[in-house]
Amino acid sequence: MATLFGSGIKRREDPRLITGEGSFVDDIKLYGLTYAAILRSPHAHAKIKRIDASAAKKTRGVIAVFTGRDIEGKVNPVPCAWNPPGCDIKTPPHPALAVDTVRYVGDGVALVVAESRAIARDAIDLIDVDYEPLAAVVDPEAATRPGAPQLHDGIPSNIGFTWPVAGGDADAAFDGAEVSVSLRIVQQRLLPTAIEPRAAVASFNKATGQLTLWATSQNPHIHRFLCSLILGIPEHRIRVISPDVGGGFGSKIPTYADEALTAFAAMAVGRPVKWTEDRSENYKATIHGRDHVEYVEMCGSKDGTITGLRTRVYAGLGAYASTAGPGIPTILHGLMYSGSYMIPNIKGTVYGVYTTTTPVDAYRGAGRPEATFLVERLVDTFARKVAMDPADVRRKNMIPAAKMPYTVATGLTYDSGNYHGALDKALGLIDYKAFRAEQKKARAEGRFLGIGLSSYTEICGLGPSQVAGAVGFGGGLYESAIVRVYPTGVVRVYIGVRPHGQGEETTFAQIVADEFGVPIENVEIVAGDTEATPQGWGTYGSRTTAVGGGALKIAAVRVKEKIRKLAAHLLEVSDEDLEWKDGGFQVKGSPGQKKTFADLALMANVAWNMPAGLEPGLEASAFFDPSNFVFPYGTHICTVEVDVETGETRILRYVCVDDCGPHINPMIVEGQVHGGVIQGIGEALQEIAVYDDNGQLLTGTMMDYAVPRASQMPKIESHFTYTPSPVNPLGVKGIGEAGTIASSVCVTNAIVDALGPLGITHIDKPLTPARVWAAIQQANGGAR
Amino acid sequence: MKRTIEFFVNGEARSVDVEPRALLVHVLRDDLDLTGTHIGCDTSQCGACTVHIDGRAVKSCNVLAVQAAGRRVTTIEGLAKNGKLHALQNAFWEKHGLQCGFCTPGMIMTAADLLASNPAPSEDEIRHALEGNYCRCTGYQNIVAAVKAAAGA
Repeated sequence: MATLFGSGIKRREDPRLITGEGSFVDDIKLYGLTYAAILRSPHAHAKIKRIDASAAKKTRGVIAVFTGRDIEGKVNPVPCAWNPPGCDIKTPPHPALAVDTVRYVGDGVALVVAESRAIARDAIDLIDVDYEPLAAVVDPEAATRPGAPQLHDGIPSNIGFTWPVAGGDADAAFDGAEVSVSLRIVQQRLLPTAIEPRAAVASFNKATGQLTLWATSQNPHIHRFLCSLILGIPEHRIRVISPDVGGGFGSKIPTYADEALTAFAAMAVGRPVKWTEDRSENYKATIHGRDHVEYVEMCGSKDGTITGLRTRVYAGLGAYASTAGPGIPTILHGLMYSGSYMIPNIKGTVYGVYTTTTPVDAYRGAGRPEATFLVERLVDTFARKVAMDPADVRRKNMIPAAKMPYTVATGLTYDSGNYHGALDKALGLIDYKAFRAEQKKARAEGRFLGIGLSSYTEICGLGPSQVAGAVGFGGGLYESAIVRVYPTGVVRVYIGVRPHGQGEETTFAQIVADEFGVPIENVEIVAGDTEATPQGWGTYGSRTTAVGGGALKIAAVRVKEKIRKLAAHLLEVSDEDLEWKDGGFQVKGSPGQKKTFADLALMANVAWNMPAGLEPGLEASAFFDPSNFVFPYGTHICTVEVDVETGETRILRYVCVDDCGPHINPMIVEGQVHGGVIQGIGEALQEIAVYDDNGQLLTGTMMDYAVPRASQMPKIESHFTYTPSPVNPLGVKGIGEAGTIASSVCVTNAIVDALGPLGITHIDKPLTPARVWAAIQQANGGAR
Repeated sequence: MKRTIEFFVNGEARSVDVEPRALLVHVLRDDLDLTGTHIGCDTSQCGACTVHIDGRAVKSCNVLAVQAAGRRVTTIEGLAKNGKLHALQNAFWEKHGLQCGFCTPGMIMTAADLLASNPAPSEDEIRHALEGNYCRCTGYQNIVAAVKAAAGA
């Protein structure tokens, strides 16, 4: 039988989704369903003097109104679950509804439960809140300055943590360096914008004490765990179901107050409750991404050798530390400062800063795009300073394949890779030399072409649980799978991860079908229901296939080991005399003596004739904890033309060479690259969440936040190299975030390259026509 | 005060009592259980709620249910005929034109309108026709490929 591993078969998720039969949280209806709406603060920072909910309570169809005072002692504050050690972290708990003080526009103030969505929405407008506005501060650097408004007691200068990273002796390297360059980089705040807003439906069975919570979740087991803490309900009485999820990009990792409040309301009113945010609410109340102000430096010698890198980063946390918030700009960011290079001396300080803004947490790439951006911008800036081609500087400093596995100065050990191979392949595909010649010619004609490189290495496949514990992550990072074989030989697999668009219902079935030699139709993958699936930690950090796939493979192999013993017994031979062939175990060289998978599934399940010591039944579970992270890498190169009259950028070509190890389903891998790259291009060219000085979110709807559209985006030329990882049974790395991690700096470098002749050395993202035009004017380059 | 509207939904005559302010998308989802039509924004940008009225694509969050009275509404659930997928549904499946699938119904309904008026669109024409439909997963490339494939089917 041909193997399915490596085959770009059509996705099994799709039939329901293309016919409108998908089941998303807001699609769920229950008998007696009521609807919740949350009143949110219109102020960035204010004291709550008084709340009068009497008019709302009197409204026909309103069942209950809850304020922060009403739920005190009943709904605990929302905790932060990632507290990196060694950085004096302070994470003030986030009250599920504000009691005395609101700290961002969108902070929850009251909850209404009503007979219909419309009544609930109308009723929140009838709640009269008397606010005493306080000063706002939205910029993470400004928030640390003397005199800045203070958000929380006991957190002077709004600094929630000061996280150091160091390897080698960076200060000495800079002191003795022939060349050094520095940049101030603003990595703007972004809105994740999963097209499905968040939603929750809760139902409480008073008789059994069982709470069922349907939630838009990338990690239902984490939601169960944290909801248990917030609601004070034992974990085994909470069932979290995450059905089809309409995109997450990190925004559906955190446990928010809103899901817990929905559950609380269902218990309080004795009827099921649904809460669904609308987009404007999503932009205020769902986490944001990035928000760094960075001071970064690189040093080296005139021959292009990089010897040191230093950073000082102000990372906005928002008003409160979100579930994984503090881990993003530290562990997932600062430890990646070596990029794809041998940089012996690294020193960084990351300040986690509270501002009167929506909390910041993981957004596609989560810390790694910011790291790649600053490293790759510095490499280009350094190359310019030493008058070398940026491709040559990369080649010179890249970690050679022969040195893998390689431990970088920040302490991480990169698992495998041929970085030069990906770079050279990308240079060949874009025909680098030819483009440089074309660029030169165009410049003579007054046209500004640019070419940008981005050689990234990222950390994913999170990760060893021991490391998770050591870095303050409030959970494990292993994964789990149960492979259950039915008497008729069909297979169901229950997984702890929760894919939501990444296609593991298909790729995981490919692995299992291969292992057992059964048609893929006989395999079903089940995810998202904590009652059915074993403890897992969710889908994020490009970990699902690397870690979850590892668990799945091990469980499947366990099943196979068992049926080998059974086959040997039934065929009256020893284990070693058997070989797996064409979907069954047969006696070596004797195809007539064979038991198929279906035969063995039946015989194991009926257990009429089991060998001594072998239990009846046929299922296996596995918990897989990888020995290390995986480190996908690659080089992206794009070419652009910048219209210096208008500041508009046109991407001419975008070539990627990614290496995520072997592909289970190449079609799906490529799809992940496309989506990731476009998200990074959106970040580079147009996306930005803007607050005014009063802390009002000016980009509060899709009218104002520039989500990339089909007509604005280029075609991606996606290519690969294939280097297996040694740390998991499939040899796979992750590919969900690589595109985003690589592309924002790739495009930025190309534009800066185009405008180099004008003396422009850096423009902050997003490089909108207005910003590029302003930079050109400022450079006074004389466009003609 | 609620009003009764009568219209055809996916070929069936339906009668629903609606508030005058009710949006078509809410009536489809909440009253008629046609939850394949999704809501992704509140400012008519995202296009997840796209359905057909009398064969033309409209954003059903931008239409009052009462405006649909007497008209033919087609949702994603009504696109397949006699158990046979529409060419666009097949093409989205074949070309990996969806990932999370949330934008997909609206995307397909918009594309169906495009192909009805322009059976052989260029890549540029496809991209422009879809600019009122947001997808955050696919980067659009395979969606464009799917529409092209469906046009050729």
